[in-house]
Amino acid sequence: MPDLLLELRSEEIPARMQRKAAGDLKKMLTDGLVEAGLTYEAAREYWTPRRLTLDIRGLTARSKDIHEDIKGPSTTAPEQAVQGFLRKAGLSSIAEAHVHSDPKKGDFYVAHISKPGKAAEEIIAALVPDIIRNFPWPKSMRWGPASAKPGSLRWVRPLQSILCTFGPETEEPVVVDFEIDGIRSGNVTWGHRFLAPGEITVRRFDDYVGKLEAAKVVLDADRRKEIILADARNLAFANGLDLVEDEGLLEEVSGLVEWPVVLMGEFEEAFLAIPAEVIRLTIRANQKCFVTRPQGEGEALSNRFLLTANIEARDGGKEIAHGNGKVVRARLSDALYFWTTDQGDLPDLGQLQASAKKFGLDLKKPLDQRMARLDHLNVTFHAKLGTQGERVERIARLAEALAPIIGADPALASRAAVLAKADLTTEVVGEFPELQGAMGRKYALLQGEPASVAAAIEEHYKPQGPSDYVPSDLVSVAVALADKLDMLVGFWAIDEKPTGSKDPFALRRAALGVVRIILENKLKLSLGFAIAAAVSSALAAYEQKGEGAQSRGVVAMLDGRIRDYKGVSQLLSEAGLISELLKGGLAKANLETFGSNDQEREFFDGQRLMELDASLSPFIADLLSFFHDRLKVYLRDQGARHDLIDAVITPASDDLLQIVRRVEALGSFLDTEDGKNLLAGTKRAANILAAEEKKKTQIAPTVEPALLRLDAEKSLFAAMNQAEKQAGEAIQNQDFSAAMLALSVLREPVDSFFEGVLVNDEDQQVRANRLALLARIRAATGQVADFSKIAG
Amino acid sequence: MTIEIPAHMHPSRSFQGLILTLHNYWAAYGCVILQPYDMEVGAGTFHPATTLRALGPRGWNAAYVQPSRRPKDGRYGENPNRLQHYYQYQVILKPNPPNLQELYLGSLKAIGVDPLLHDIRFVEDDWESPTLGAWGLGWECWCDGMEVSQFTYFQQVCGIECAPVAGELTYGLERLAMYVQGVDNVYDLNFNGREGADKVTYGEVFLQAEQEYSRHNFEYANTAMLLRHFDDAEAECKALLEAGAPASNDNLPMHKMVFPAYDQCIKASHVFNLLDARGVISVTERQSYILRVRNLAKACGEAFLKTQAGGLAA
Repeated sequence: MPDLLLELRSEEIPARMQRKAAGDLKKMLTDGLVEAGLTYEAAREYWTPRRLTLDIRGLTARSKDIHEDIKGPSTTAPEQAVQGFLRKAGLSSIAEAHVHSDPKKGDFYVAHISKPGKAAEEIIAALVPDIIRNFPWPKSMRWGPASAKPGSLRWVRPLQSILCTFGPETEEPVVVDFEIDGIRSGNVTWGHRFLAPGEITVRRFDDYVGKLEAAKVVLDADRRKEIILADARNLAFANGLDLVEDEGLLEEVSGLVEWPVVLMGEFEEAFLAIPAEVIRLTIRANQKCFVTRPQGEGEALSNRFLLTANIEARDGGKEIAHGNGKVVRARLSDALYFWTTDQGDLPDLGQLQASAKKFGLDLKKPLDQRMARLDHLNVTFHAKLGTQGERVERIARLAEALAPIIGADPALASRAAVLAKADLTTEVVGEFPELQGAMGRKYALLQGEPASVAAAIEEHYKPQGPSDYVPSDLVSVAVALADKLDMLVGFWAIDEKPTGSKDPFALRRAALGVVRIILENKLKLSLGFAIAAAVSSALAAYEQKGEGAQSRGVVAMLDGRIRDYKGVSQLLSEAGLISELLKGGLAKANLETFGSNDQEREFFDGQRLMELDASLSPFIADLLSFFHDRLKVYLRDQGARHDLIDAVITPASDDLLQIVRRVEALGSFLDTEDGKNLLAGTKRAANILAAEEKKKTQIAPTVEPALLRLDAEKSLFAAMNQAEKQAGEAIQNQDFSAAMLALSVLREPVDSFFEGVLVNDEDQQVRANRLALLARIRAATGQVADFSKIAG
Repeated sequence: MTIEIPAHMHPSRSFQGLILTLHNYWAAYGCVILQPYDMEVGAGTFHPATTLRALGPRGWNAAYVQPSRRPKDGRYGENPNRLQHYYQYQVILKPNPPNLQELYLGSLKAIGVDPLLHDIRFVEDDWESPTLGAWGLGWECWCDGMEVSQFTYFQQVCGIECAPVAGELTYGLERLAMYVQGVDNVYDLNFNGREGADKVTYGEVFLQAEQEYSRHNFEYANTAMLLRHFDDAEAECKALLEAGAPASNDNLPMHKMVFPAYDQCIKASHVFNLLDARGVISVTERQSYILRVRNLAKACGEAFLKTQAGGLAA
C-alpha cells in the first residue's frame, strides 16, 4: 500500500500556531481522503518553524468503482419527465437507458451507471490546493506580485514550496503534480536556513527525515523539546545549577528553532537584588531564555541563564552567548529601574492630595502614593461601574464591615483593601501584569506594613479557580471576600450576568472563590447579609457623591435597579423571605461594630433598611441562587449526593457552612437503618398529605391531644414532642448529627403508626387531627431537610 | 556587487559607514536612494515614500534613512539605549520580491553580521500603526537575542488594502551599530570611524540635543500652542484635500494636492506625540486624537489613489 508525504514549506510560522496548524492539516487531509473513498492505516503530523509535514501510511491506491441503478419514469411518461431523468442520470439519449418491467407499474426506464474509481494521486492533487486555500490560520496574509489581484493565495507567511510524493515502499514514489498560485508541487525541499541551505531531493518519509537531519533540521517538535530540556539540564548541572523548568517556554522555544543548540549566558550578580519572579519574567518574555538557580536553592536565582540558538556557531557559540548576555543586561537594567522607581517618590505628589485624603493615605509612603495616583488618574474599571478608585472605596468599606463578623481586625482589613490595587500603577506591574498582587505585597513589606496587610494585598485575588490556594489569614479573607462580592454585586446590578458559556468577567470564578473561602475557612457568615453589605457599601458611596457626581458608577446603576424592582408587586411578595434572612444577618453582625460612618449607621439602622429591604430582596435572592449553583457544583465535585444538597438548600439558605454540615449529617443518617425507615415513613406521610391537600381535605392546624384515640398515635405524638424539642435545640447549636439522632427515635412510632392507624377515619375531626400529626412529621424532618427531594 | 570602502568606514568602526554600506547594498539592488523626509516623524513608515507609495498598483523600490522622533522616549541623555531622536533605515519594495528574506540576510552580511557566527531569528511580530490605519504581518529580526530590524508585509495602509503587498524593512541603526561596533552605550558609538583626535562619537553629535529636547518634550513645550497647532494641522489637511479634489467636469478625476495635505497629517501626528509626552492627554482623549490622525491618513491615502503615482491611468 502506498504512502503519502506532504510538506508545506513557508517563511517562519509563529511558534504559537505551529502545533495546531499541523493538526489541522492532518485532519483536513485525512478527512478529505476518506470522504473521497480512500482509506489509510496511519497518519502523523510534524512541524518546524518553516514547515508543516504530513506522513500518511497505507493509503489505498484508488477509490472503488461505483455501480448504481437509477430508476426512471414509466415508458409512457411525458417527455418532460424523461428529459428530467436523462439529466439526473447523465445520459445523452433515452436509448442508453434500459427498460425494466414491473407487474404492477408496467415498463419503466432504468439507467445503469458505473463510475470508475479515481486514482489516489488524482484525489490528492485536487484536495491539497483546496485545503491550502481554506486553511484556518488565525491570521493570514497576501504577498508578492500575485497580491495585486483580488483572491490571491493567503497563508500565515509566504508559502515557498510544496513537496508531495506518493508511492508504495517497493517502487519509486511519484510526485503528485499540482499547482497553486504559481507554486508547483515537487520532490524537493531545503535544509536549515544557514547551516545547510541547499536543495534536498526526497523520495518518501524515511529518507526525508534522515536527509533533513543531515541538513540540520530536527523535524519532530517533541524531539526538539527533549533535546533542549536534556541539554539545558545537563549544562545547568555541569555548572552547579538547577534549571528552572518552564513547559510553556519550552514549547515556544522548540517552535523557534530547527536545530536547537543550548548555550549559557550570564549577567552581573548585582541584578539578583531584583525579585526572582521579575527576573524570570523579564528574561522569559523578552529573550525567551530559561533561568537557573544554584543547586538546592528553593527560590533564589543564579546569574546564569540558558538560551537556545538555532545554529552551531563557528566559535562554539561564544558570540551568541555574549550578545544575549548584553541584551539580558539591558532588560534587567530596565527591570531594576522599575523596581527601584516603584520604591521612590512620584513626581506629581502635589496633585495627589485630594485622593490621599479620601483614602487616608500617607503620601510619604511609595505604595500610598501609587494608590493616590490610581484614584487621581480616574482609571476606568468598567464603563458602567466607575473607576478603580471608586471600586477601591467600595471594597475598603465592605472589607471593614465584614471584618468583625469573620473575626478580622477592621482597621487592618480596611488598610489592606485601600492598598490592594495600588500596585496597578507601579512600573513593574505595568511591564508584567501577571505580577499584580505579588508586587504589591513586596512593596507593602518594604514600607513597613503589617505582614497580614501585605499578605492580603497579594491574596485578595485568590482563589483564582477550583484548585488555587485559598487564603486563610483573616485579613486576606475579608479583603478577598469584599473584592469578589463587589464584583458580583456590581455586575449583577448592571445586568452583566454570565450566560451559557459566556462569562467575560469571570463571575463564576468569583462566586466559586467566595464559596471556597467560606467553606475552607469554616466561616459562619450570612451571605444574604454580605450581599446586602456590598450593596450598602456601594450606596454609601453614592450618598457621598450625590446625583451630580462625575462618575455615578455602580451605585447609580444599583439605585436604578432597585427602583425598577420597587414597582414590581410580584417581586415584592418574595420579600418577606429575605427580610427575615437579612434581619438574621444583621443580628449576627452586631450593629454596634457595623459601619464606620454615620451614613452607614443610618443605612443599617431600621427605617431605611426596611424600605430598601423590600426592593432589595429579589436582587439578593437572585444572586444567592447563583451562589447556590456554584456551591452545588463544588460539592458535587467533592463527591456529595446532589439530591441531598437539593433537599437541604432552600432559596433562603445563605449560610454555606451550615448547608454543608447538613448535607454531611443527612448523608450519614440516611446510611443507618433508622434513617432509611424514617425517610420512608416521612415520604409516606408527605404523599398522603399531598394527596389530601390536593383534595382540599380539612387538616387541623395543630394536633389536639384529646382527639388522639389509638396508642400508636398517642405514642407518636409523645415521641414527636420530645424529638422536635431535642432536634430544635440541636439545630440551634448547629449540631445536625444530634438533630438527626433526635429524629431517629421517631422511626419506631412512625412505623407503628402506619401499621396500626387508619388515617382516613370516618370522624372528620379525628381524620383532620391525624393529618395534622402527619404534617408534624413532615415539619419535624423539614427542620433539617426537605425529605421529598431525597432519592429512594 | 561589492564596493570597496576604506577600512575606517567599515560598519564595525563607523556609524556613517554602516549607513553608507546599507545605501550601497540597496542601491545595488536597484532601490531609489532617498534622503530623509524634511519633517518630524515618529518612524520611517511616515515618510510619504512609504505611507503613500505603498498604495496603488505601481511598483516602487526605495531606501532611505529617516530620523525618528519619539518625544516620550527622551531620557535626558542618561539611558544608554533610549533616545527621543534616533535613526531608522527604511527599505520598501513593492511588490515584495519572493526572496525578500534572503535579500535582508544579504544586507546583514554586508554590514558584517555572519549568520554562521550569530544567531539570526525571525520571531513573530504583527505590526500595526493605529494612527496610520495600517497593519501587516512579519517578524522582529533577532541577532543573538537582540531585535535589530522589523520585517513586515504590508496588508493595509491608510485603511486601504495593499494591492500588491509591499515588503518593509526597518533597521534600528543605533542598535545595529552598537552591535557591530561592540559598544554598550549609544553615546560611545564611533560616528566617523576615525581614531584619536579625529574621532567623533555619537554623543558628541547628539548628547546635548537629547538633553535639550528631553527638557522641551517633558517640561517646556507650550501645550496651549500645540493644542492649537493640532487643530490647525487637522483643518489645513482637510482644506487642502478638498481644494485639490477632482472637479466633477475633469476628464480624468485626478487629485491635485495629496502630498501637501499629507504633510499636515504628519504634523498633527507629531504634535500629538509631543502633547502625549507632556502628559496633557488623558486615557480617553488619547483614543480620539489617534482616531483624528487616522482619519486624516485615510483621506490622504484615498486621495493618493486618484493621482498618477497612485496608479491613475494617464
